[in-house]
Amino acid sequence: MTTRIDRRTEPERVAPAAGRRAPRGIAQRLVPFGYLSPTVLLIVVLMIVPIIMVIGYSFQDNVIVTDDSEFAGLANYAKVLSDPDFLVALKNTAVFITVSMVAHLLLGLAFAMMLNSKLLSGVTKALFRIVYILPWLFTIAVIAVIWRLLLDPAGVLNYILQTLGVAQSAVDWLGDPDKALWVVTFANVWSGYPFFMISLLAGLQGIPGDLYEAASVDGAGPVQKFLAVTLPQLRPVIISMAVLDLIWTSQQFALIWMMTGGGPLNSTEMLSTFTYKQAFSEYEFSTAAAAAVVVLMLTMILAFFYVRTQRER
Amino acid sequence: MAVTRLKRLIGAVTAAALVALVGACGSDDSGGAATGDGDGDVTLEFAQWWGAELPAGEFDKMIADFTAQNPNIKVKLLSAPYASTKQQLVTGAASKTLPDVVGLDGAWVNDFAKQGAIADLSKLMSDAKYDDSQLASQVKYKDATYMIPVVNFVYPLFVNQDLLTKAGVSKVPSTRTEFADAAKKLSTGNVKGWALPLDTAVPNGIQNDVMSWLWASGGSMLKDGKPNLQSPEVKSVVEYVKSLNDAGVIAPGLLTMKEQDKVEKFSTGQVGMMIDSLAHINLIKKNSPNLKFTVAPLPAEDSYTGKRGLPYASWGIGVSNSTKHKAEAFKLVQYLMSKDVNAQLSTIANGFPGNKTAQPDLSKSDPLFKTAFDIYQQGTPANEFTGLPKSEDLMRSFDEQLQLVLTNKSSVDDALAKAQESWSSVIE
Repeated sequence: MTTRIDRRTEPERVAPAAGRRAPRGIAQRLVPFGYLSPTVLLIVVLMIVPIIMVIGYSFQDNVIVTDDSEFAGLANYAKVLSDPDFLVALKNTAVFITVSMVAHLLLGLAFAMMLNSKLLSGVTKALFRIVYILPWLFTIAVIAVIWRLLLDPAGVLNYILQTLGVAQSAVDWLGDPDKALWVVTFANVWSGYPFFMISLLAGLQGIPGDLYEAASVDGAGPVQKFLAVTLPQLRPVIISMAVLDLIWTSQQFALIWMMTGGGPLNSTEMLSTFTYKQAFSEYEFSTAAAAAVVVLMLTMILAFFYVRTQRER
Repeated sequence: MAVTRLKRLIGAVTAAALVALVGACGSDDSGGAATGDGDGDVTLEFAQWWGAELPAGEFDKMIADFTAQNPNIKVKLLSAPYASTKQQLVTGAASKTLPDVVGLDGAWVNDFAKQGAIADLSKLMSDAKYDDSQLASQVKYKDATYMIPVVNFVYPLFVNQDLLTKAGVSKVPSTRTEFADAAKKLSTGNVKGWALPLDTAVPNGIQNDVMSWLWASGGSMLKDGKPNLQSPEVKSVVEYVKSLNDAGVIAPGLLTMKEQDKVEKFSTGQVGMMIDSLAHINLIKKNSPNLKFTVAPLPAEDSYTGKRGLPYASWGIGVSNSTKHKAEAFKLVQYLMSKDVNAQLSTIANGFPGNKTAQPDLSKSDPLFKTAFDIYQQGTPANEFTGLPKSEDLMRSFDEQLQLVLTNKSSVDDALAKAQESWSSVIE
């Protein structure tokens, strides 16, 4: 008693059944699109459409302010890229994001290692964890106000420096063109390192202890363990965080605007403040759009590296 | 293959649906923010920053009175701080979606009118047979009115009388020489004579604290409507400010100082004198109840004997050009400019009325308002930035040149030449 399947007849038996299931199959295939549609709608409305509009504006003249704007080719890009203020803003932004990222990384790593250390008790770690994370809890507006007050020529910092005899007279931290960029960078470092710290702490806690034990067996000291175990294990987190931080910091606007407004003498002018002034002060929406597209392109380069590192992982 | 085609089809249909939905969300054929509810009622949107600056609920009460008098008109107040309102209106003007009635600063009028975002009020006044002779002033663009100042805030000289007495200065300075002398005497220890906010984010220090010296002596930064920054009068102002800075009588941090920092420094006795809005009297008294201070006309050039110019800023009002309910919108304007309402609004705002026939109730105000009202009536309100195109940008470019002068990176002549060049490209 064996059952023999005649393969030649199989399609004839299956076909009607498949035909009956076809409408249900389309409905099933539509379900994922239904789930996706709110997100897709939001992305299209809030990202794709505005980006396309801004790119379109960058190729026209007198957009928004007049109804009869015309195609201007690359004129707006030429104007922006030859504007000395834009070049100053580009240089300042490069310094601001690079120094911020490096300082975020070093401070975040140092504090994360301290909080991951076995030398401190649980209570001490909890206390420092709260203290270190405090800057992250403040909004940018509060951070700007706090640092403006602290750094005022008649503020707390100058009082301390003068009382200790470190400074003979009040230092104009934000009003001095030679110091202002470094001061706003410092405020940005202060406000942003906790995110690095938390991420790196999570990375440190994920490193298997047997790697350190193996290193100890091989006779490695603390420095060698850090270089041969900790850093390689943290590498994916560090690279991701560094690239993301460069992207986020390049978009920093509120802190700069509220602390210095890009001054004094353009010493803290960033691409974000430059673009804002073009749009909302000079009503030059075409050049503002061109500047925004340049910023978008620069950010896309960073985003490309971020995506690539994520794929490698 | 069939499945791929089906996926493509579904993708295309989804995309088309999204585009249609976006189009539906974006389209607005109502022509403005006002809505009608079908039974003849109109709801007007009124965006302004006044509600945020007045005592809580006061402005809502006034608007409630208007809606009680006009039962077919409802008003939805969109009150936000000045900076947020400005940004909202700039965006609204650009997209032709301004609220029906808008609070305006004179500095925005030229650009909004040029964009066609705000309505010609001359026509609305004519249509409503409104008598505009009662208006103290009107802000025009190409001979048509686009903004009516509702309440005016003057900027006199604030003087800390205790500090002045302590410094041995018996009289409130009235001339530039007297001011410089008083500022020098006041500048001892941590106290400085004067505060000059030159922050470039909001560069109105150029209007209120620098050009005010020019207007006080009857000078002008324009000639026949064109920039005239290389005139001897403007040069003397810049040289005077530089001399004060060189003498070390200006509070440090001026290059990034904001208006609120200036008021804070005056309130805490860190500076003896400042030029500031009368609207800040209550704030100063609230923060420093024991501070003894007065207000005075701005010092003028020693030889000047004419009427003193007094800088001012206004809460102006305008109507959206895209609203379908211009007549109803203008009724709200008329109501706010009417004699009693305008007087009441000026009183609670601590400003001076935009209606010439309205009298603020000074009996309920601080005595300093009476002093300031006298100064206002004896002087000439002056603000040449009102109605100029890109006025904030003009202030910023002048600010940057002034900063170069004060940091000895440019001569006064070079700075004024560059500012003139920059302004000339804007004011054609």
